[in-house]
Amino acid sequence: MALLHTVNKSPFERNVLSDCLRLAKDGSAVLLIEDGVYAALEGTSASDEIISRNGSIKFFALGPDIEARGLSEKPLIDGLTLVDYAGFVDLVEEYSSVQSWL
Amino acid sequence: MEDFDDDEFDGPIKKFMYVNRKAPYGTVYALEGLEVVLITAAFDQDVSMVFVDDGVFQIKKDQETTGINMKNFSPTYRALEGYDVEKVYAEKESLEARGLSGDDLVIPVEVLSSAELAELMDAQDVIVSF
Repeated sequence: MALLHTVNKSPFERNVLSDCLRLAKDGSAVLLIEDGVYAALEGTSASDEIISRNGSIKFFALGPDIEARGLSEKPLIDGLTLVDYAGFVDLVEEYSSVQSWL
Repeated sequence: MEDFDDDEFDGPIKKFMYVNRKAPYGTVYALEGLEVVLITAAFDQDVSMVFVDDGVFQIKKDQETTGINMKNFSPTYRALEGYDVEKVYAEKESLEARGLSGDDLVIPVEVLSSAELAELMDAQDVIVSF
């Protein structure tokens, strides 16, 4: 069974997303929360980290954290899915376990 | 006891720079930094406020925080002008790395290159970083 990884740190300030992706297997999912949602932006110096695994890993971002940071109108990486808190719970239920990368 | 009259302040005016390097909601640095700037603005010093690295996200427009149950303090940056904090800068390299431009920001800023910011930083008496 596959893992759900959560990442809550900005990719511009910490290496947490890279660390997560190094150890995340194909078929797993990554949910960006809190400052982790900055990694969802298209056209940044960090965008390629997600784009290079897009398709083999499912990427999600928490909508309320996107809205809080003023990113609703900015282009997000293609194929990335926004979820609300209920969607977060559904993901936790769907995957075998949660790995929180702090 | 003498009455205090702040119009008669005649101490040396120093150049203060506040350097904001953190995104707004993941940690408390951004909010605390903003409060410190507004408080110290009362002391009639030469104040510069700089947004660099993830600090540029503090002044991203369109912030809507009801979904995360936190106070949206981004409109407060518009009060800086009223406190005579008129030297507000953002680093060009930080904006570009994050896919942002001056149009994305909630207040007008002067965009500086890293080299220009380095010069400005070098000319300060006091630098406070958040």
